[in-house]
Amino acid sequence: MYVAVKGGERAIDNAHAWLAEERRGDTDVAELSVAQIREQMALAVNRVMAEGSLYDPDLAALAIKQSRGDLIEAIFLIRAYRTTLPRFGGSNPIETEDMQCDRRVSATFKDAPGGQVLGPTFDYTHRLLDFKLAADGEAPQAPSATAPTEPTPHIMSFLDRENLIQTEKTSETTPDDLTRKPLELPASRALRLQSLARADEGFILGMAYSTQRGYARNHAFVAELRIGAVAVEMDIPELGFAIDIGEITVTECETVNQFQGSKTEPPQFTRGYGLVFGMTERKAISMALVDRALRWKELGEDNLGAPAQDEEFVLYHSDNIQATGFLEHIKLPHYVDFQSELELIRKLRREAQDAMSQEAAQ
Amino acid sequence: MSDYNFAYLDEQTKRMIRRAILKGLAIPGYQVPFASREMPMPYGWGTGGVQVSAAILTPDDTFKAIDQGADDTTNAVSIRRFFQKTAGVAVTEATKEASVIQTRHRIPEQDLRDDQILVYQVPIPEPLRFLEPSEVETRKMHSLEEYGLMHVKLYEDISQHGDIATAYAYPVKVEGRYVMDPSPIPKFDNPKLEMAGIQLFGAGREQRIYAIPPYTQVVSLDFDDYPFQPTKADHACDLCGAEDSYLDELIVDDAGGRMFMCSDTDYCTSRRKNGHVGAQGVPFKEDAA
Repeated sequence: MYVAVKGGERAIDNAHAWLAEERRGDTDVAELSVAQIREQMALAVNRVMAEGSLYDPDLAALAIKQSRGDLIEAIFLIRAYRTTLPRFGGSNPIETEDMQCDRRVSATFKDAPGGQVLGPTFDYTHRLLDFKLAADGEAPQAPSATAPTEPTPHIMSFLDRENLIQTEKTSETTPDDLTRKPLELPASRALRLQSLARADEGFILGMAYSTQRGYARNHAFVAELRIGAVAVEMDIPELGFAIDIGEITVTECETVNQFQGSKTEPPQFTRGYGLVFGMTERKAISMALVDRALRWKELGEDNLGAPAQDEEFVLYHSDNIQATGFLEHIKLPHYVDFQSELELIRKLRREAQDAMSQEAAQ
Repeated sequence: MSDYNFAYLDEQTKRMIRRAILKGLAIPGYQVPFASREMPMPYGWGTGGVQVSAAILTPDDTFKAIDQGADDTTNAVSIRRFFQKTAGVAVTEATKEASVIQTRHRIPEQDLRDDQILVYQVPIPEPLRFLEPSEVETRKMHSLEEYGLMHVKLYEDISQHGDIATAYAYPVKVEGRYVMDPSPIPKFDNPKLEMAGIQLFGAGREQRIYAIPPYTQVVSLDFDDYPFQPTKADHACDLCGAEDSYLDELIVDDAGGRMFMCSDTDYCTSRRKNGHVGAQGVPFKEDAA
């Protein structure tokens, strides 16, 4: 006698109750506040905002708390929330030229107008565990200076003046929105950049690294990396002019890459571009390298068959929310399909064994 | 959930999805690209089906969700609850009472009527995907009706295994034109693809919707000398005794003892309510089920 297993509903409720308890952890330890995460886990918050495609540090911090620190899960929460938001309109393009730079470095010129500003970077720290942090530390105080008032022009603009760098075609058309239209290939560069900006940091890092190691090598110099706040402006039709609606921090990376040239055109440097929400330097540099690798056709280069050159491969596999969902769905029941495979393999084996025993008998 | 619109999606999004559905119905078996949204459940867990259901549900509908044929599998429970919460629609486990049925991996045993809609969750909508990984190429192949590669694959199966080695997601040709993936249903279910109800297929992650209108010709690919054969375990259901239903195989003891039961839980329960008892079953009692 057999009574079929049931109880999916109760199992789900109990699992979620257990999850909530585990998320809180030991109640003798003080609970993390969303503000603490926002202030002290800022780079995690930045990653969640970047890959979640929503600039809201408080919501990102909440998502990190809710997801127990699983950043892909947090990004998922933000994406699912983002799709439900109504759209009032589009902002004007941000002017990174006018950025209040917290950090601005160039690897191609020792000095340039605006100077080199290291900013709050892990670079040149020795990666030694700081056990003082394990005890309750005091709030560290850094020396301060007044922010320079002179503009910080893009390093690329200096190369541009000499015609050493390829000029980008300008276009007044509004690019398609990846989140509102299905991706169709070949994709425009604007669409590729949209996709890369929200792509998984690890995936893009791996892709960029592969170009450095010879899979479609396009040796990149970081002409400029800048991080800081920019104003977001929006045209208000009723007013007839643009007003500031807020300020966001972004990381921008411009690379100078190998030249192209032809019989009629003298050689020129080419560019890669990365722009990501928040302080997300590794992602922005990776994005610039992958952007450059994907431009092979437009720049008249050979298709070397490298993964980073394959737009379909990169764009279809870089979204961690799509990837993680599909990967993890294989833990859902598949017993109907497996049953049909079982029947098939039993049948094939039976036929093969019959054939073998017939051969042996002859 | 008053913060969200009826059935979660906003009306503009539903409109976009409905347009894709109508286009799909107008070109049976053709994969219509649509701007799939991020849903509050993961991609690969039925987001395509959920978006299609959300776009077609009305407050008067009665909704049923099954996974592997069963109403009480965890993901079916989760999807049913989602629409209970966001649309407040009536839900049921009875196939005949449902107006919209969302399914993963099965077609209900009971024939559907022309006032019922079956919504499939689709993982990989492209039947040619595992022969040609590039979407650019496969779309070209569909537009040129270039399906030779698929027949070569089936032929190679026969030369290597003596049989077509596809047991689920068995490719079909719809109304003599498009080769279509019926989603990972066992090939046992393929003959049921010609039905009175509307069949809608949603692939969220892959951003595709396709459809089979009622009474449309759906032919499982085969060869004259190797005709298509729907198969099931060669047993009767141990709970209700049905010999015509698709069966799940269960391991019931440490010695590897097996038993078989209907994958369609509603079908099995209805039969047991009507007094059918299988070899290891017990007469139906309300609380025991």
